Amino acid sequence: MSKSPRKAKITTDQKLKFYKDMLLIRRFEEKAGQLYGRGLIAGFCHLYIGQEAVVVGMQDCIGDGDQVVTGYRDHGHMLACGMDPDGVMAELTGREGGYSRGKGGSMHMFSREKNFFGGHGIVGAQVPIGTGLAFSNKYKETDRVCLTYFGDGATNQGQVYEAFNMASLWKLPVVYVIENNMYAMGTSVERHASETELFKRGISFEIEGMEVDGMDVMKVREAGMKAVEHARSGKGPMILEMKTYRYRGHSMSDPAKYRKREEVDDIRSHHDPIEGLKKQLIEAGEASEDDLKAIDKDIKAVVAKSVDFAQESPLPDPKELWTDVLIESEGV
Amino acid sequence: MAKKTMIEAIRDAHHIAMEADEKVVVFGEDVGYFGGVFRCTAGLQEKFGKARCFDAPICEGGIVGAAIGMAAYGLRPCIEIQFADYAYPAYDQIVSEAARLRHRSGGQFTAPMVIRMPTGGGIFGGQTHSQSPEALFAHVSGLKTVIPSTPYDAKGLLLASIEDNDPVIFLEPKRLYNGPFDGEHDKSIVPWSKHDDAEVPDGHYTVPLGKAKIVREGKDVTILAYGTMVHVAKKTAEDQGIDAEVIDLRTLVPLDTETIAQSVQKTGRCVVVHEATRTCGYGAELVSIVNELCFWALEAPVERVTGWDTPYPHSQEWDYFPGPKRLGAALNQIMEA
Ligand SMILES: Cc1ncc(C[n+]2csc(CCOP(=O)(O)OP(=O)(O)O)c2C)c(N)n1
Ligand SMILES: [Mg+2]
Repeated sequence: MSKSPRKAKITTDQKLKFYKDMLLIRRFEEKAGQLYGRGLIAGFCHLYIGQEAVVVGMQDCIGDGDQVVTGYRDHGHMLACGMDPDGVMAELTGREGGYSRGKGGSMHMFSREKNFFGGHGIVGAQVPIGTGLAFSNKYKETDRVCLTYFGDGATNQGQVYEAFNMASLWKLPVVYVIENNMYAMGTSVERHASETELFKRGISFEIEGMEVDGMDVMKVREAGMKAVEHARSGKGPMILEMKTYRYRGHSMSDPAKYRKREEVDDIRSHHDPIEGLKKQLIEAGEASEDDLKAIDKDIKAVVAKSVDFAQESPLPDPKELWTDVLIESEGV
Repeated sequence: MAKKTMIEAIRDAHHIAMEADEKVVVFGEDVGYFGGVFRCTAGLQEKFGKARCFDAPICEGGIVGAAIGMAAYGLRPCIEIQFADYAYPAYDQIVSEAARLRHRSGGQFTAPMVIRMPTGGGIFGGQTHSQSPEALFAHVSGLKTVIPSTPYDAKGLLLASIEDNDPVIFLEPKRLYNGPFDGEHDKSIVPWSKHDDAEVPDGHYTVPLGKAKIVREGKDVTILAYGTMVHVAKKTAEDQGIDAEVIDLRTLVPLDTETIAQSVQKTGRCVVVHEATRTCGYGAELVSIVNELCFWALEAPVERVTGWDTPYPHSQEWDYFPGPKRLGAALNQIMEA
């Protein structure tokens, strides 16, 4: 049986783990941004900074064998799934040591070992795929659940509703996590959605939805536990709308001129998920400033190591172009 | 007359079309308020208002479908699909509806609309942001497929497309937006301001659909190209000192077979180039046409230089791209044949 610690009190160790996991994502993304600036990462690179509480809180609700699938803003999901920062960073730099052996880049990474099913560049495409993963769980009579993440902008793709209907009709164990960071590229939710309360998007499919403060890892976890239990117990899908925010531009090439500087600053200084947890830990006497500094130092070392790995790993061999196209096309 | 980038030329065409005809409406993802991710529609919403230039949610099928309805009832939508790679969610509407409305209504209804989309690689976009799907459109009867290679042509072809009474797929080589990329990826880009074809006249003009352009005259071999590959072809011919005639097809459907046939009959040799994958690429069609029209004039088999039959790679972009080296080798080979 998978764990079901919803009711149990959260221990200090757990809180510290959340802190570490969120900080790892933050530091990793900061570094990825720097490498991009230095030209070591090319093409698209969508940073997750600001949204860390969502994946870290949700990850705590699932266990071995549960699946995760998401879109192209995927680095945080992979780190939260326990994928190795070295392999993620090396994929960002397009190297052989990357999770997709340099073939996927920032948007397209996978890990069979960690049950992470990507990393998808086409907005909304992962939603029916996550639904199918959940179907497999049901078919195989496991009690596994699939977390399917997508953005506020993605909720406007027709295939999302095709998936909702199937999931509800077939009572599939899937939790749809909408990461509402208020913008789809340069277009704010008010300008792209007729119903801006996205947790209601499942109503006509009889899928229950919840709005969640996605800047608070504890609240994310609490809602996540409920939704995962619901899905696991055979009651079908559930929707969680995570109210969150991305601090950086949509991708590295986006100067984010469509929103005000003050808007970003306000959320950063009043709602930051990492600072929020830090404050809680210190105020409750569960950790000292020095403890947290030590954590930061360790994390920076992990990230620095991933950068070394990503720079030292060789570029893929030219003949790798033709591998992994079809089984029989190996080695043309 | 002023020099413009391809982006500015496209923007200019929008302004002129919207000024001239209030039936023209422009929409797509991030197109209105933000002015488009490549800035091709910047300033339109300010000037023409939200009723005529607006943002659409991310729903390509819905966007194209809605445009078809608008077009069928008197409007002239010119819509943007943010990257050609996102046309697939809309492919059903494009093929089954836009392309077929005229035929299945016995000519009662048509869909005069333009679907613009940036195409091709060169920006490390990987498999979901680099594809060249022109053959998927050219294959569909009932669609026109256009692909400019210069700012001058981009403006004139876009105006002609908007004024055309059939659905037009308008592919914009994104690697050409800011400069004429000739395949020398190690060198910094030469901006359009240094290029003659960036002279874009003010005001209205059109470049007719179905008319190719000889961009370099030559006697020994004909290179058929479009989009980014036009610049690669010109550069390669010059570097190799080969007297090649380079033809920029400009529109794939309708295709200017006359210009092609005249050239190949003169040179007796032909190389076809494109960035898209090889199997069933548009080049296969071109080879067939050259064989049909010029067989007895040919002194060597027609050569194809294309992208490989693989997904567009991420880090191995330049191993995939059919740049000057591959084209040069094909030119040498055909000249020796
Ligand atoms: C089918 C498709 N259409 C458009 C795009 C371009 N695009 C990439 S991300 C994006 C915005 C998505 O916003 P949202 O779903 O809110 O996710 P966020 O980026 O905020 O995480 C757009 C329009 C795409 N990748 N795929
Ligand atoms: Mg968003």
